[in-house]
Order: sequence, then structure tokens, then C-alpha cells
Amino acid sequence: MPQPDLLGRRLLFFTGKGGVGKSTVTAAAALLAAERGKRVLLVEVDAKGNLPDLFEQAPVGFEPREVYPGVSAMAMRTEESLKEYLKLNLRVPVLGRLGPMARVLDFVATAAPGVKEVLTVGKVCWEVRESIEGRADWDLVVVDAAATGHIIGQLDAPRAIQELVAVGMVRTQTDWMVELLSDPALTALNVVATPEEMPVNETIELVERAREELRVPLGAVFVNRVLPELFTHADEDTFEAVRRPEAEAQLRARAGTGVPAVLDAARLAVSLRRTRAVHLTRLRETVDLPMVYLPYLFVRDAGLRVTRMVADALAEELGL
Amino acid sequence: MSPSVPPGGLEQLLATKEIMVFCGSGGVGKTSVAAAAAVTAATRLGGKVLVVTVDPARRLATALGLEGFGNVEKQVPPAALEEAGLEPRGELWAAMLDTKRSWDDLVLRHAPDEETAYRILENRLYTNLTGRFVQSHDYIAMERLFEIHGTGAYDLIIIDTPPTRNALDFLEAPARMAEFFGGRLLRWLTMPYRVGGKRGARVLNVASRPFYQLADRVLGSQFLQDIAEFFLNFQSMYDGFVERARAVEALLHDRRTTFGVVTTLEGAPLREAEFFCEQLSARRYHLGALVLNKTLPDYLLEPDAAAAADVLVADAPTIAGALAQESKPPELADTERTARVLRTVGESFRNFAVVAKREAELRAELGRQPEVVSTVPNFEIDIYDIAGLARIGEHLFA
Repeated sequence: MPQPDLLGRRLLFFTGKGGVGKSTVTAAAALLAAERGKRVLLVEVDAKGNLPDLFEQAPVGFEPREVYPGVSAMAMRTEESLKEYLKLNLRVPVLGRLGPMARVLDFVATAAPGVKEVLTVGKVCWEVRESIEGRADWDLVVVDAAATGHIIGQLDAPRAIQELVAVGMVRTQTDWMVELLSDPALTALNVVATPEEMPVNETIELVERAREELRVPLGAVFVNRVLPELFTHADEDTFEAVRRPEAEAQLRARAGTGVPAVLDAARLAVSLRRTRAVHLTRLRETVDLPMVYLPYLFVRDAGLRVTRMVADALAEELGL
Repeated sequence: MSPSVPPGGLEQLLATKEIMVFCGSGGVGKTSVAAAAAVTAATRLGGKVLVVTVDPARRLATALGLEGFGNVEKQVPPAALEEAGLEPRGELWAAMLDTKRSWDDLVLRHAPDEETAYRILENRLYTNLTGRFVQSHDYIAMERLFEIHGTGAYDLIIIDTPPTRNALDFLEAPARMAEFFGGRLLRWLTMPYRVGGKRGARVLNVASRPFYQLADRVLGSQFLQDIAEFFLNFQSMYDGFVERARAVEALLHDRRTTFGVVTTLEGAPLREAEFFCEQLSARRYHLGALVLNKTLPDYLLEPDAAAAADVLVADAPTIAGALAQESKPPELADTERTARVLRTVGESFRNFAVVAKREAELRAELGRQPEVVSTVPNFEIDIYDIAGLARIGEHLFA
């Protein structure tokens, strides 16, 4: 399957099971787009504003701040999003009433489904629309979105609200959001997975559900932390021969007492790769989306260097 | 917190507790750890042990006999344990959490009458809230734990917490529930739909008219009315609900309950785990154990092994030639191939050693820790049967 022109869109969501490296892949996509000359807004939806860690920058808040040349980052705060929404849309001096209003909305959001979600997705859509219409600077908005378990609820919120709210301003507002979110020329939902059982299961389920329940177009599956294949079949026979007692004894005579551990480590690497290959095959056979493979990184540090390594791997995979 | 590790570790801990709650960020293997702890507890400690799990991998669910959904606890057949080579002293039970069903049960229990119950169950907000949004897992998991514990049917209940946005959500859920239904805000919001008569109308005019105008413009009056109706019905369950939520919270604080934090030795999950350990202690929950899951083997850190890997990479052709001459197996006749394999073996060791070093460093930096710290290796195969869980359990209980 050909790689989609992901960076040519305006809005990219990244979801995935916890622990698969979703934030890193999202940050790498933003970095890559910026290095290709785009002005990128990177939105962190779920967490605590730590996404700039991946650029070795201090945490951000609701106000976007440049964390890398061409990449501005912001952390979603639904209360701030609500304030902004009211200011822009009601055109009434609401400041005095915002305290109780925000509290009430926060409270309603606990019970009324989709309110928090719509404030999140709404802000993201707003930034995209503003930039399309030339009032904001972004060529691309990249969202480190909710994990697989929550993403449907998050992206479906405008539609859920449409169903629940028959009239009123919110209703009108959600119409254009739904339109923007369903446009395959503008928007793509991407899934990050690792070749392991649960991430693959969740990816398969999510893709199915997204097709049934969401109108948001699917982009690609980013398969992260793919272990290298150590040996070809013939090489593996040789490896097995090396592990036999006689050969191992000779190896030990030349390379020292550490040899068994080194051979065990290679055995472990082969088994890990093989176990994961089963899941990878299952993913490939079940999900008919473009697959983008990113290697397991054997590195000691975290931060910008790693983000850049992932971005380089992305560039290679996407043919950029 | 004391430097001396008590004998027995997790086994000792579980012998003295009735509930163990496993938590940690997504993808660290909470579910397997919880199931493994239950299998091993049933085997070694005896008694009736129940594992309650939220979203198990299908094969794991199958292994535990949890094929269908529903809130029923099922015994794992003793034969299944014996087949896995275990000689269980006790019984192993398993249950899966059915969120929607648990909420419905809760409403049926607390509603003043059947009519109210069904009005709630059919309310659009209610169905959305319970069916669609995962946050509702938080409370219901703890509620369900309380329910099962209350039956007194089990000696030990091990529960794996739901995937939440914030790992602490489920702890705050009972208090939040109580606050929610007891709050002045709720009364305020539902006021225009509650009050009749002149006095009420006047209160409404004074207190909340601007708010309602604003809310009306933003949300539409139909939606507000739906919300109000839902809350009014829900309020009829207030007393029962709040009492219940407080009881749930008390149980989590009870000395019979302990918490286990599960993490991998990776930056982000570990930071979250540390934060979680701190928060549990600060809130006076009993932090019983820290589980370092999916760690790489220690031999990757051995200096001898690193030296051997270096030799293999540097002298691969020479060693390959020697092997072909001296040991003469046909597979080693192609010295070029052998050299390539030896070099690859050495390089792969170096690669994994880098990750193992990173893990060791992170581990050394670990701050405040509970007395029991278990390390579970990264198994090269997927664990999806009882024998596999028992293998994890051996490391957990070591």
C-alpha cells in the first residue's frame, strides 16, 4: 500500500494504547513536518504538558510556545478552551460570570457526556479553521490525542453533542467541526502500535470501531519498536551450531567467560523478534491501512535526540 | 521504607491482606501481574482467591475461563491449574468488570422505586454516560470491589484497575461521586425545574437568571432540561449513593487493603509510578508493593559478557576460521557466514546492553519505595496461559 501524503493534510490525530510511544511518534511527526518547512502546532491533549520533554523544553500551557524551530506546542486545558470559546462567540462581557460558569460546565462535564471532549476537539478544529482561513499561522496541527480506549469518545463528541443538543449555539458550532473532521483532504486519524498482543488487538478493534462509528478518515498505522531481524534462515542454522557445547567451548577459549551470556542475549533477541512477528503478521492481515515501520531504538537517553531519530526513520519510511 | 526487606515479600503481604489493588500507567502489564499474583496466591496461600480484571487480553481471558461477558465470578477449574503443573491449596476465581451492567445494578439498588429506576436507565444522558465514556469505569470498578468484598465470599481479592486518563482518577472517584450528588451546584442547576410557586420563582430570578440565559444560549434549553431531569432523578438516590461512595472510600483506606504499583523500567511509566507511590502514601493508602515488570536480564550488565561481545565483533573472521578448522561441523564450514553471525551476536548484545544499562540507571534513581519490590523479567514469549502466569508469579513472590 502506498504511503499516504500525511504531511499534506492540515490535522493529524495520533492515538494508541498506553506505553507504545504515541507521544514520541507524534512529536517526531511534528518535528519532521517542521523540518520540511511547515509551521506546526503540536497539541497535547491528555497529559500534563510534558510533551516538550521530547524537545528538551520546559512544560507548556494552553498558550502555544515554540519548542523547536517551526514547532509550537500547547497543552489542552478545557477550562481555558471554554473561556476562549465564550469570549469569541458570545461577544458579551462574560468575564465576571466565568467563575461560576466554568464551575458549572466542569460539573456538567462530569455527567454530561462529551462536553470536555468537545471543548478539546473544538479548540483543535478552531485552530485548523483559523489557519485555513489565514487567521492563524499553522500549516499543520498535530494532536497527541487520547489513548485507544478514549479516542472514539473524543473524536465523536461533536456528533454526540449534535444528537443530544437539538438547537442552540453549540449545535451550530458542531456542524462545521463534524465537516472538518470528516474531510479526508484535511484530517487523518493515525494509530500507533507496537508488535505486541494487546497493542495489536486494540489497534484492530479501534480501526473497526472507527470505521463504524466515526466519520474521521483513517491515516496510517505506525508500528513502533520493531526489533531487527538478526539472522536469515541459513544464518540461524549457523547460530545454532555455534551454540553447541563444543563450539561454545572454543568460543569461550577465545572470547572469555562472558560468551554464554552473549549467546543467551542473541537467543533472547531472536525469540522476542519471533514472538512479535506473529502479532505483526496478524496486524498486517487484519488492518488494511498503510503501515509505517519504526525501529526499536537501542539508546540510553531520551529527549530531542530520540525524537530526531524517530523523525529520521519516519522520513525514510514515508519517502520524504 | 525500611532498608531491611521482610522475608516472604509479596507472599507475606498477601497473606495479611484481603484486597490488593494493582495500578500503573497503560501498557506496563497490570492485568498479567494481577492475574499472576492471584494464581500464585491461590496456589501457595490457599483460600478463595478472586481476580477481578477490567480488560484482559482475549487469550488471557480464555485461560481464566472468562469467555462471556457479565458480572459473574467464575471458578477457574482446578483441573486447569493442575494441567499447568500447579498443586493449588486454594481456589482461584476470576471475574471481568462489566461497566454498563454494574451501573445498572447500582441504579436498581438505590432508586426509591422501580419507575424512577427505569426513568434513569432510559435517560439519554445516562446511557451515554455509562456506555460510552470510559471515565465511568473509575468509580464502578471500586464500587464493584466493595460489593464483592461485602459478600465475604473470598479470602483475597486482587483487582486490576481500569485504564484511566489519570492513574489516580479511580481513587478520587468515590469522593467525587459523593461531592457530585451532594453539591450545592447540582441543586442550583436543577432549581428551575424543581421549584414551583411564587417564592421559588423569585429565588430563581435573583440567583441564577443570568446563568440560565447564558447556558441556554450555549447549550439549548432542551439539553438543559435533559440534564436537569437526569439529575433530579439521580438525586432521589442521593442518600444511598453518598453513603455507598463513602463506604467504598473507607474500604480503600482500610488496613485490609493494599496497593501495588506496576511499572516498566522506562522513563515515562516510571515517573508516573513514582508519582503514584508518593500520592498513595500522601493520601494514607497502604502502598504494599512495587512491581518492576518486563525487565531485561541481569546478564546483559556483566562486564565479562561485554568483553566477550567486543571480541566477537572485533575478531569475528579469525574466530570463524578457527571454529571451522577445530570443531568442523558442516554448518560452520562457510567461515564468512560464521563471521557474520558472530559479529551480529556481539552487536546485538551491545544493543541490548545499552537498554539494560538504561534500565539499571532508572532503577538506581528510584526514590521512595515500598518494602516489597518485585522484579519480573521480560519473557521472550507472550504469557497467555496459567502456566505462564505461574512463571510470572514465581518472580513476583520471589
